[in-house]
Amino acid sequence: MNSAHDLGGTHGHGPIDRSQSVDFASDWERRIFGMTLACGMLGKWNLDESRHARETMKPGDYLNSSYYEHWLHGLEELLLAKGLISEQELDSGNPANRAANRAVSADRISGILSKGAPVNMKTDRNPKFQAGQTILVRNFNPRSHTRAPRYIRGCQGVVVKHHGAHIFADQHAKTGEKIPMHLYCVRFEAEEVWGTEDSESRVALHLDLFESYLDAIQ
Amino acid sequence: MPDTPLPHHSHGPSDIELRVSRLEKLLVDKGLVDPAAIDALVDTYQNQVGPRNGARVVARAWTDENYKKQLLENATESIMELGYQGRQGEHMQVVENTDTVHNMVVCTLCSCYPWPVLGLPPTWYKASSYRARAVSEPRAVLAEFGVEVAEDVEIRVWDSTAEIRYLVLPQRPAGTEEFNEDDLAKLVTRDSMIGVGLVQSPQSPS
Repeated sequence: MNSAHDLGGTHGHGPIDRSQSVDFASDWERRIFGMTLACGMLGKWNLDESRHARETMKPGDYLNSSYYEHWLHGLEELLLAKGLISEQELDSGNPANRAANRAVSADRISGILSKGAPVNMKTDRNPKFQAGQTILVRNFNPRSHTRAPRYIRGCQGVVVKHHGAHIFADQHAKTGEKIPMHLYCVRFEAEEVWGTEDSESRVALHLDLFESYLDAIQ
Repeated sequence: MPDTPLPHHSHGPSDIELRVSRLEKLLVDKGLVDPAAIDALVDTYQNQVGPRNGARVVARAWTDENYKKQLLENATESIMELGYQGRQGEHMQVVENTDTVHNMVVCTLCSCYPWPVLGLPPTWYKASSYRARAVSEPRAVLAEFGVEVAEDVEIRVWDSTAEIRYLVLPQRPAGTEEFNEDDLAKLVTRDSMIGVGLVQSPQSPS
C-alpha cells in the first residue's frame, strides 16, 4: 500500500538523530517488543500480516509516532482482527473471559527464536529472469501489502542474483497463503531512480524483488 | 476504561506507558501472554544477542581466507558455523567493502535487520530520516556519520525489501597485521557492519 511507511527518497526528515543509538529507549518499548513476538508465536497471524498491520496506521499518525508505537498499533489491530480480544476488552482493560489459546511459555522462547522461520520454498516453475538480464519494475499501486517501494516502480535495473523462490509476501499478508515466487536481487543506478540532476555520483541501489513485480525488457 | 481522559502529568507515566501496561495486563489475564516469556524475549536481544556476534564473523573472515570465501558465497551456513542463527537471520548475505566499493544497508519499508549477528537495530536505523535518505543521498548520510567515501569509490546501498538480511564485511584496518581473531573482533563496531562506519586502526600505544 502507498502510505507513510514507504519512506525511501522522501524529503524533509532532517538530519539523522544519532543520539538515539540504543535498541530500547524506555521500558514500555521492551514490553511491546516482547508482547508482539509472544503474541506472534500463538500462530494466529504471520509476519507479513504483522508488517501490514503496522502500515495501516494513518499516515499522519505514523510519521508523528515512534517506531514501537507502530508496533503497538499493529498488535492491537491484529488481536482485534483475529478475535483474540474484543474492542470492549481493549477499551476497558478487563477480560470478559479466558482465551482459548494458551500463552507460549518462557521456556519455549529460546528454541523458537533459534529455529527461526525460513521462507524459501520449492517450486516447479523455472525462474523467468537470470543474472545479467535487464528488467523493468512494473508500475502498480496495490492497496495491500507489497515489498516494491514506490521509488523503484517504473525503474530499469539489472538482475544481480536469483535467490530462489520465497514465500510471496504480498499474498501471504493478504490471505496467509504460502505461494512460492522467484526472488531476485536487482541493481539500479541512482541516476535511473532519482534522475541525473538529483542523484549522487557512483551510487547503485540493490533491492530484492519478487518476479511478479518485474517485466523483461525486449 | 474510565470515561475521563487518561491522566497526563509531567512526572507520571505517559499515555503510551499506560496503554502498553494495560494491554499487557489484559493479555496476561486472558492467558494469551506469559509475562516471563516477554522477559525472556527482551533478555535475549538486550543481553545475549548483539553486534559482538557479527564482530566474530568479521574477525574470522579477516583471518581465514577460506572462511571469507565461503562466507561471501553462502553467508547463512557460514554464520551458523559460528553458532549464530535464527529469527531474522534465516537468509543472510554478506557484502564486502573494498578499495573500490563501499556497502551500506537500510530498510526503507520497515526496519529489517540481521538480528542473530547484530541484535536489534538502533533507534536511528528505524527512524524516518535514515530510511528516507539512505537510498537517495547515501553520501550525505555517510558524511553525517563522519564517513567520507572518495568520489571514485562506488556506494552500494542494499534496501532489505524481502527476507534477505545483509551484513557488511568492513575493510580490515591497517596496523592490525599482528592481531589475532579476538583482538580484531574487539575493533569491529556495529556501525561498520551496517556500513555507516569504518573500522578504525588501533591507536598506537603512546
